[in-house]
Amino acid sequence: MKFSDNLKMSYSGLTTHMSRSVLTILGIVIGITAIIIVMALGQSAQNLIVGEIQSMGPETIVVLPGKQPKGLSDVGGSILGDSLKEKDFKDLSKKENVPDAVNVSPVVFSSINASYSSQTYDTLVLGISPSLFKTFSLEVRAPGTLFGQNDVNERSSVVVLGNKAQTELFGNSDSVGEKIKIKGKNFKVIGVLAKKGQSSFVNFDDHIIAPYTTVQDLSGLKYFNRITVTAKSVDAIPSVIKDIELVLRTNHKIDDPKNDDFYIQTQEDLVKSVSSITDVLTIFLGSVAAISLVVGGIGIMNIMFVSVTERTREIGLRKALGATNKNILVQFLTEAVILTVAGGVIGIIFGTGLTALTVVVLNKFAGINFTFSFPIVGALLGIFVSSAVGFIFGIFPARKASLKSPIEALRYE
Amino acid sequence: MLIETRGLKKIYSIDGSETPAVNGINLEIKEGEFVAIIGPSGSGKSTLLQILGCLDRPTDGEYFLDGKEVSKYSDDELAHLRNKKFGFVFQSFNLLGRLSVLENVELPLIYAGVSESKRREMAVKVINSIGLSDRIDFETMRLSGGQKQRVAIARALVNEPRIIFADEPTGNLDSKSGRAILNFFEKLHEEGHTIILVTHETFLAESAERIIHLKDGLIEKEEIVNHKSYKERKFFK
Repeated sequence: MKFSDNLKMSYSGLTTHMSRSVLTILGIVIGITAIIIVMALGQSAQNLIVGEIQSMGPETIVVLPGKQPKGLSDVGGSILGDSLKEKDFKDLSKKENVPDAVNVSPVVFSSINASYSSQTYDTLVLGISPSLFKTFSLEVRAPGTLFGQNDVNERSSVVVLGNKAQTELFGNSDSVGEKIKIKGKNFKVIGVLAKKGQSSFVNFDDHIIAPYTTVQDLSGLKYFNRITVTAKSVDAIPSVIKDIELVLRTNHKIDDPKNDDFYIQTQEDLVKSVSSITDVLTIFLGSVAAISLVVGGIGIMNIMFVSVTERTREIGLRKALGATNKNILVQFLTEAVILTVAGGVIGIIFGTGLTALTVVVLNKFAGINFTFSFPIVGALLGIFVSSAVGFIFGIFPARKASLKSPIEALRYE
Repeated sequence: MLIETRGLKKIYSIDGSETPAVNGINLEIKEGEFVAIIGPSGSGKSTLLQILGCLDRPTDGEYFLDGKEVSKYSDDELAHLRNKKFGFVFQSFNLLGRLSVLENVELPLIYAGVSESKRREMAVKVINSIGLSDRIDFETMRLSGGQKQRVAIARALVNEPRIIFADEPTGNLDSKSGRAILNFFEKLHEEGHTIILVTHETFLAESAERIIHLKDGLIEKEEIVNHKSYKERKFFK
């Protein structure tokens, strides 16, 4: 017997009870739809976050104080750590120490309250060196300027406002040239950043940016919260990391790498950790959706058992006409698999449609820059899983059908 | 000898008590014979037919088909045998109502693995020969009883079987349709087919060459039908 004949036979068996078939596959449709949505949105979220991380440039390496956090409770160590000193920065900046680094700049931040006339604004002041403007591709709005190396050297009292900081303090009026007060000291606003949005977990729009020396003076901090090092190329990253470790271990008198009081994060590390988090989330949500597939599969099995009993005479007749046990098994198994695969295909269509809709809604109304891409992996998985469900839950009813004796089946009323 | 049985038995065990339906039957049927098996209900005639048609297995005894002992064949071998060598006509037609006349007649050929074009050609030929060519695409559930049984006969013939088994083929038909069906069997017999017919009505059995009377699972007597008188009777009808 040819498989194409078997397909036709199974198809006509199913269309005999069209509405029943449609209702039976609902569970599968819902399950596959849910899996597609979870996978597609998970992928979009991951793309979004990874895209932001990578906007910093893949050559950027961040040196942080403290031990590498092993979990959420460890994060405090890297924020409060004071192991990165001025000397470390100076030594890292020396070409002979880290030959493959093209730029080394420290970052220091401090929580402050800024005020202008009667307006006040609680925010973070970020102390950076001017080279970081380029690293984060920050641009200033005309009229206005960014600060330069001179301002760092002279510890100038100048600030650049993030977009939101400007609005909070000045409303719609012009701020360039005005003076704001932070901790009782006056700072001249020399520029306002173009709206940038969330980037690499720092929203520059919210903050006030100043030369790092100025912020050190302001907060009295003698250490850095982080030092960013830009390698000359992605390939040079490992050698740069090695050099940084050597310099810092020498400076901190550390023999055993286990005792490091700093840790180094590459963009790749960040992407990896973010991807692993979104992957875990996707798998978790996907498994919840998979439960409905099991329920749907049980529904299919139930209906297939009913169908086998109803069609006992048909089975007997087919056997009398020469159908082997295998012919009958394959016929009923094919019916179950056609049902679940049809459910899977409908689920993929629904899931893709709903995902596209969600992406449009998120973009329009929530301003989240999700991109929609057809979830190919999800679709393939959906087809595979739905046919597997049909196979697993169809095999018992099909086996029951195949083992019916022709004469018992023909006698069945 | 086409069919030969020795001590054929079929015993049903219900709640521990054993009921013999066929209780040791020795039978010989030659190629081309038209044999009627007759007896009251419960005499075991249908069970005997089912065993001869390899739809069921005997509990005891031997069944030689073309000299081969088939009662120990596997399920698949029996299915193959039924497909290639047997044609069945049942009292309740057993057509697949949603399928067309053509599709019903094609069924045995599908299991024989015949190609679609060849299948169609063979089925159409048989359907024409039973005079249903104008109904070929009808769903069989829309046909009358007599037409349904003709479709069933076409289905039984399409694989060019060695033996046609008919179990009360006219039982669900009015006398006119029944007569027409019987004429088909007579014609098939004249063409050389081997036919084994089960019935409980004497006048139907008289179409055959030989009548086997069953009672309580045993052969009570056998009689050879006087064909001359049969043909005369048909002539004077």
